[in-house]
Amino acid sequence: MADPMKIRAQLKGDVAEIRILMGHAMETGQRKDAAGATVPAHFIQSMTVDVGGKRVIDGQTGTSISRNPVFGFKMKGAKAGDKVVVNWVDSKGDKRTDEAAVA
Amino acid sequence: MNPTRRTVLKGATASGVLAGLIAAGALRPTQVFAAEWNKAAFEAKDTAGALKGMGAGTPADSKDLMLKVPDIAENGAVVPADVVSNIPNTSSIAILVEKNPSPLCAQFTFANGALPEVSARLKMGQTSLVKAVAKADGKFYTAQKEVKVTVGGCGG
Repeated sequence: MADPMKIRAQLKGDVAEIRILMGHAMETGQRKDAAGATVPAHFIQSMTVDVGGKRVIDGQTGTSISRNPVFGFKMKGAKAGDKVVVNWVDSKGDKRTDEAAVA
Repeated sequence: MNPTRRTVLKGATASGVLAGLIAAGALRPTQVFAAEWNKAAFEAKDTAGALKGMGAGTPADSKDLMLKVPDIAENGAVVPADVVSNIPNTSSIAILVEKNPSPLCAQFTFANGALPEVSARLKMGQTSLVKAVAKADGKFYTAQKEVKVTVGGCGG
C-alpha cells in the first residue's frame, strides 16, 4: 500500500490553492537495479481532484513525472471547509484516496 | 521443458482472466475517472507521436500560454514546471519533455471553477525543450522553453 498523500488546500482571496504530494516511486521501466536487472515500470497513470463533491481536475500522468510527484492547482468558488478528495491509480492497479479540507 | 513457454502460457491465462473480470464489470479500473489512460499518447516515443495521440496535431504557438521552467536544472530527476494559460476557455493543459523516452509527462482537464494552471515536477533525461500544450475551444496551442540538464533523471 502506498504512502498517504499530503494535501494542502488554502484559500487566498477567492482562489483556493491546492497542493498535492503523492508518495510513489514512479519507475519508468528504464532504470536498472544494482544487479543490472531492469526495474519494471510502475507509475501513477490517472488522478482526480474533487472539491466540495465536484470534479475539478482530471489528470493523466506518464513516466516523465518525477518520483514522489507534486502537483499544484488553483480553483475559484471553493469555500473554507469544503472537502478535497484526491484519487490516483497506478499502472499496477494500486490506488489511493486521501482527503483534506479547504482552509 | 521450455521455461519461456511456461511463463507465456501462465501470463496468457492470468491476463485472460483479468480481461474477463473487467468485461464483466467486477473490476472497473477506471471507474472514478472520466477517461481511460491515453496509452497511445503516453507511450509514444517522440513528441509528434504524443501530440498525435492527444489529437493535437500541430499546435499553434501562443504568447498567452506561460511556461515557467528553470534555465538550468542541476538534477534532471526533479525539474519544477509551472504552466499558466491566459487563453480563454482553456479546458486542458499537457506538459511534454521533447527528448525523454516517453515525452508526454501529464495532461490535466479542468472543470468546475479550476483555473487553467498547473505546477508539476518532471523528470528529464537530458537537455531538452519542454513544451506546454493547451486546449481551448477545440484548438491546441503551445509554448516551449529549453532546460539544460546537468545530471539526467532517467536511467541508473
